[in-house]
Amino acid sequence: MSTASIGHGHGHAHSHASGNDSWANVKKFLSSYVFSLDHKVIGIQFLFSTLLWFFVGGILALGIRWQLAWPWADMPVIGRMLFSAEGGQISPEFYTMLVSMHASVMIFFVIIPILAGAFGNFLIPLMIGADDMAFPTLNMLSYWFMWPAFISMTLSFFAHGGGPSSGWTVYPPLSSVPSAAPGSHNAQTLWLIGLTFVGVSSMMGSVNYLTTIIMMRAPGMTMFRLPLTIWGMFITAVLQAFALPVLTAAGFMQVMDRVMGTGFFIPEGLTVNGIDAGAGGGQPLLWQHLFWFYSHPAVYIMLLPAMGMVSDILACFARKPIFGYKPMVYSISGIAGLGFIVWGHHMFMSGMNPALGMTFMVSTMMIALPSAIKTFNWLGTIWGGKIQYTTPMLFSLGFLSMFIIAGLSGIFMAATPVDRFIHDTYFIVAHFHYVLFGSTALAVFGAIHFWFPKMFGRMMNEPLGKLHFFLTIIFFNGTFFTMHILGTGGFPRRLADPYHYETFKHLQTMNQFMTISAVLMVAVQVIFVFNFIYSMFWGPRCGRNPWHANGLEWSAPSPPGHGNFDVQPIVYRGPYEYGSPETDQDYYPQTQPPPAGALAVAKDHH
Amino acid sequence: MGRFWSLFFLLVPILGVATFVAAPMYHYWLPEDVSISGQGDVVDGLFYFILYLTGAVFIGTEVVLFWFMWKYDAATTKEPVKYSHGNHTLEIVWTIIPAGTLLFIAIYQMNAWADQTMRIPKNPGLEIEVVARQFEWRIKYPGPDGKLGTQDDIHMVNDLHIPKDKEVLMHLKSMDVLHSFFLPNLRVKQDAVPGMSIPVWYTAIKSGSYDLVCAELCGWGHYKMKGRLTVESDEDFARWLEGVRKNQEAEQ
Repeated sequence: MSTASIGHGHGHAHSHASGNDSWANVKKFLSSYVFSLDHKVIGIQFLFSTLLWFFVGGILALGIRWQLAWPWADMPVIGRMLFSAEGGQISPEFYTMLVSMHASVMIFFVIIPILAGAFGNFLIPLMIGADDMAFPTLNMLSYWFMWPAFISMTLSFFAHGGGPSSGWTVYPPLSSVPSAAPGSHNAQTLWLIGLTFVGVSSMMGSVNYLTTIIMMRAPGMTMFRLPLTIWGMFITAVLQAFALPVLTAAGFMQVMDRVMGTGFFIPEGLTVNGIDAGAGGGQPLLWQHLFWFYSHPAVYIMLLPAMGMVSDILACFARKPIFGYKPMVYSISGIAGLGFIVWGHHMFMSGMNPALGMTFMVSTMMIALPSAIKTFNWLGTIWGGKIQYTTPMLFSLGFLSMFIIAGLSGIFMAATPVDRFIHDTYFIVAHFHYVLFGSTALAVFGAIHFWFPKMFGRMMNEPLGKLHFFLTIIFFNGTFFTMHILGTGGFPRRLADPYHYETFKHLQTMNQFMTISAVLMVAVQVIFVFNFIYSMFWGPRCGRNPWHANGLEWSAPSPPGHGNFDVQPIVYRGPYEYGSPETDQDYYPQTQPPPAGALAVAKDHH
Repeated sequence: MGRFWSLFFLLVPILGVATFVAAPMYHYWLPEDVSISGQGDVVDGLFYFILYLTGAVFIGTEVVLFWFMWKYDAATTKEPVKYSHGNHTLEIVWTIIPAGTLLFIAIYQMNAWADQTMRIPKNPGLEIEVVARQFEWRIKYPGPDGKLGTQDDIHMVNDLHIPKDKEVLMHLKSMDVLHSFFLPNLRVKQDAVPGMSIPVWYTAIKSGSYDLVCAELCGWGHYKMKGRLTVESDEDFARWLEGVRKNQEAEQ
């Protein structure tokens, strides 16, 4: 069922032909590094862009942390530059903007595009044995459509009245009525336009990934021989293809409400701040349903590829086949299926019919199950292996350890009566930071260390990588584990100054501890940045397969040239045949032909 | 290095449990529950039930992770790699057991949820209306005629008084954007949505003054949308309400 695509054409090749004049050189530079159609270049473009935004998002987070530790205190050095009008303090308007933009940047510009955009692009053709994506031009466009989003969201920071400040969830009427918030004029519209472009970009990507994975696998690469990374990407693409149109439509409806005077989300006769809100006849809850219909699956878009990459890294450095490959595939699919019917758990307190809440509670409880199965299978994978403690392995084990916390804390809020207390408190903030940073970001760090040799042909520095891992884990937990305790104390999210409430006054010292941890956590990322840049130029060169891994990407040169493979890969087995008795070495690449007579042995095992 | 990293990972369950043991000792914990039996204590009971259950799973899985990291370190282990692709029986076991447990939690809490949100009290001790707006709580008590929504309603801002031991049925509305009515000491939270009237009910059994928090982002002044809940005896409540009513009449 798999098809080879040896003769696949490239628009790219044409640009190499022209003469020596400088214009031709410029054109060549532009077409190979800027408007490249090569999936690897596009992947690396995504990687650099998202890492830059990661930095921006981190700085925004520090602003939040500063205010929560020392509310209304003058911010040292930076405060004077940013808020000279307020005498170096964060204003409440600015604080709500920080909260909204930290989340928006991290979710839409970092986590989603770094997984699907950067690793999806770089890895899919390499891991399935294709020479490029099915639609290279569409692929290039998917990257360049991020730029209007980048520009539009950046502009929204500087829009009149301050940036968008209705949270990343942009709940109307706060977001849709201009008189409701200072930044709710142009900033909010720009934000929505930015979101739409992110959606278009993701959509182009997902169509491409689906087609490529279905149509362009190398000979012998059946669906059940795909690495779990690819399964994660595949299911993610399905989720995006089916959930994104809903968000895009909802986004347009909100833009209409804001600009054209419609009333999809604005109820009858609403006045905000003494100003008539317009048309009316709509329902604010409708937005929440539409928004979460995408944004809950989006949680899995932000997680499934990471789960896949971790599976590949764990198996490689445990030198052992993945435990329960098919249960892993089924649980990824199960998460995706259930992911479409749990969105209501973000709305238990929203005023939605409580009977509906009860059904969402049951489906939400059940979605914990595939995650539990995956966790047990990961533990099964390292059981009985020979674990090599490399940096990517440490990050993957870190993922596993932190994901256990993330999964378990989710059960608290799935329980509706408990959620009634912890909803909108720091317990939720703790939970999703364990998912998004503790799990996904750690997996991303692991994946960068793991595939860096393939991207740049050089190794990253191991001791520096381990130091980075060690310090990141410590300060991450210092920042976020304590948030569970804050949440148990009822400490609410998004309050610029919670300490004027008697109930929360005593929690300030704990917040100061967390802020110090957070500052240190951001500071130690310098180690990573240094390691990354240094290794790109001066790291030791590596061969095709520095980790002795099995995947097809390791049979290509490092870095792979245009068209990826110098020899058409033919796949003989699954990607996790480490420690196979069929061969003397402890790994067994997918492309290595079996020794004569081994076929009978292989049959016994499957 | 495998030894070092395994022990490092062992710190996760040790420090994790230590944090949860130490926090209540330093009063970093659930706020005091002043609600009637069957309200806040049910929430706390469920919270503790899930805490112990997830705590056990947390310790179990993290210790197993540590143990595997310790035992199967490539530098020290002498065992050959177990060339295994999985185990069907194990898969079934670790699917059925968590599935059963999760289903049990789901069914076990249904009654509590129904009590909180679906079984609207027929004869509440007091019926009031709370309307949220940027950035205050407007509270409405029935006047001498005992009915809400009539001319003689008594109005109050941010200062919510309720009689002790009486069930209060509240109709929660919003004038402008979303807000959320949060009484930490009664374990009550409900979003206020413009265009909707949502019933919320609760009973407090301990006199005192408590926080009323807005828990849904409602604009730049969200942080200062602070109310106060005063729980007092029937007589004190009646006296206070009468005082408010007289003031209101005097102003008109």
